[in-house]
Amino acid sequence: MATQQTKTLARFMAAPSIVLLFLWMIVPLGMTVYFSLLRYNLLSPGEESFTGFSNYQYFLTDPAFFEALTNTLVLVGSVLVITVVFGVLFALLLDQPFFGQGVVRLMVIAPFFIMPTVSALVWKNLLMHPVSGLFAYIAKVFGLQPVDWFADIPLLSIILLVSWQWLPFATLILLTAVGSLDGEQKEAAEMDGAGPFSLFFYIILPHLARAITVVILIETIFLLSIFAEIFVTTGGGPGLETTNIAFLVYAQALLQFDVGGASAGGIVAVILANIVAIFLVRMVGKNLDA
Amino acid sequence: MARNVPAARKATIAGLAWLVGFIIFFPVLWMFLTSFKTELDAFASPPSFLFFDWTLENYSVVQERSDYFKYALNSIWLSVGSTALGLLIAVPAAWAMAFSPTKRTRGTLLWMLSTKMMPPVGVLIPIYLIFRDLGLLDTRSGLIMVLFLMNLPIIVWMLYTYFKEIPVDILEAARMDGATLAKEIVYVLAPMAVPGIASTVLLNVILCWNEAFWTLNLTTSDAAPLTAFIASYSSPEGLFWAKLSAASTMAIAPIIILGWFSQKQLVRGLTFGAVK
Repeated sequence: MATQQTKTLARFMAAPSIVLLFLWMIVPLGMTVYFSLLRYNLLSPGEESFTGFSNYQYFLTDPAFFEALTNTLVLVGSVLVITVVFGVLFALLLDQPFFGQGVVRLMVIAPFFIMPTVSALVWKNLLMHPVSGLFAYIAKVFGLQPVDWFADIPLLSIILLVSWQWLPFATLILLTAVGSLDGEQKEAAEMDGAGPFSLFFYIILPHLARAITVVILIETIFLLSIFAEIFVTTGGGPGLETTNIAFLVYAQALLQFDVGGASAGGIVAVILANIVAIFLVRMVGKNLDA
Repeated sequence: MARNVPAARKATIAGLAWLVGFIIFFPVLWMFLTSFKTELDAFASPPSFLFFDWTLENYSVVQERSDYFKYALNSIWLSVGSTALGLLIAVPAAWAMAFSPTKRTRGTLLWMLSTKMMPPVGVLIPIYLIFRDLGLLDTRSGLIMVLFLMNLPIIVWMLYTYFKEIPVDILEAARMDGATLAKEIVYVLAPMAVPGIASTVLLNVILCWNEAFWTLNLTTSDAAPLTAFIASYSSPEGLFWAKLSAASTMAIAPIIILGWFSQKQLVRGLTFGAVK
């Protein structure tokens, strides 16, 4: 029972969070929008001038933008497919009772707790190095030519690395969801003569649909902003082969000091992320009532 | 009801599961092993898996040459500082929203969630320029602020979902028995709220420890945490992989242990309560 007094108190308790978050979002975002309309380079301070939408025009018609957009979509899409498919399979496997279940679960989720810079350098230097990497050794054992991963197939290398980082997240969440599957329903289906495939497609997959959606949406938000992994392995190269939108904006701002152009890029990134965000917020909002 | 699973099938499942676990975990294990090798062994082909001269040299060299503890201390400062600040601001807010919800509570929560969707590159430039003008670049206090604000929505949300589960009736019962507000908080609410707060702290520390966008862009050396320290190994200067492995092992060890303890809460925190 809330009285008028507790209501006022509640408002005061919630206010700091709301005000701070509002400032954190609106002030920088407003500045980015403002900068995106200026000709503004850090190398020539004091020469800022209003240019309207020419930064956007320049950014959106730059071939680098299309390459970065393509790379972003390929990266996000591939990682999503890999993590969801294997996540479902691993979750079903690890949900079965077997000896050492707890230990194996810990092993599978470990990569998620590793900082991105460590994951990236371990993969680059210890596994994918063309001379001394473990993959090169394995290739030689099978009589194959070792691959220079980050030079020859850079985007695929990043995709593998990022998938390894996010597979544990997908597995962990799907494992939680599989755990809540009604055993009796499964048994009833089996009694009615459902084989493993129809069991999977008609009982298990529909049950996991919600969790899969959540995994896809949350991963998408983080994957759209992948930065550190590219920063320490390829630096966006060779050429622009591994430059995504996040890295392109970073390069334009802090390497070329083009504040106006980078701001326009930042706003484009915000719009892209928002398209995904709308779906996620709706999804979580529905759950709030349940 | 437990069903009888044929022994052969059981063995296959166990074998497959262990294989999957081993493959996923292998890069971490390999890094751990490499950290005890000499640089020559680390580069050797064919690689040796267990039979090499085990040495602890890399660990001491990493500390001597690059002052590992300075970076580790920064990581601790950033994680603890921003988490403490986050709790201070978020506990009252989550409390208010869970126990005296208004018509606007739902909308406020969803709006908070939506701020988390903003990609950091969207605000990189203003934050960088504000930091430059205020002299906050490469300072712990500046980075603590950024990490705190970045994770505030997650903290509020997670606390909210936990507080929501505390039965309100028990409060009324305590009140009927004549408990004062202070007693109510100490004896009734705190014991029920502590587990949720602890999980939130754990998740937030993990997220801050591993954050690698702001820490890379806003620090150079004084305030640089372990993420930036490891990134400095990306420019190759001779053979240094055993040392990279030793530094990496030290950088991830504390958090991997925390993470293993908090795996259940992690699901809840990262999905904003959508999957429990």
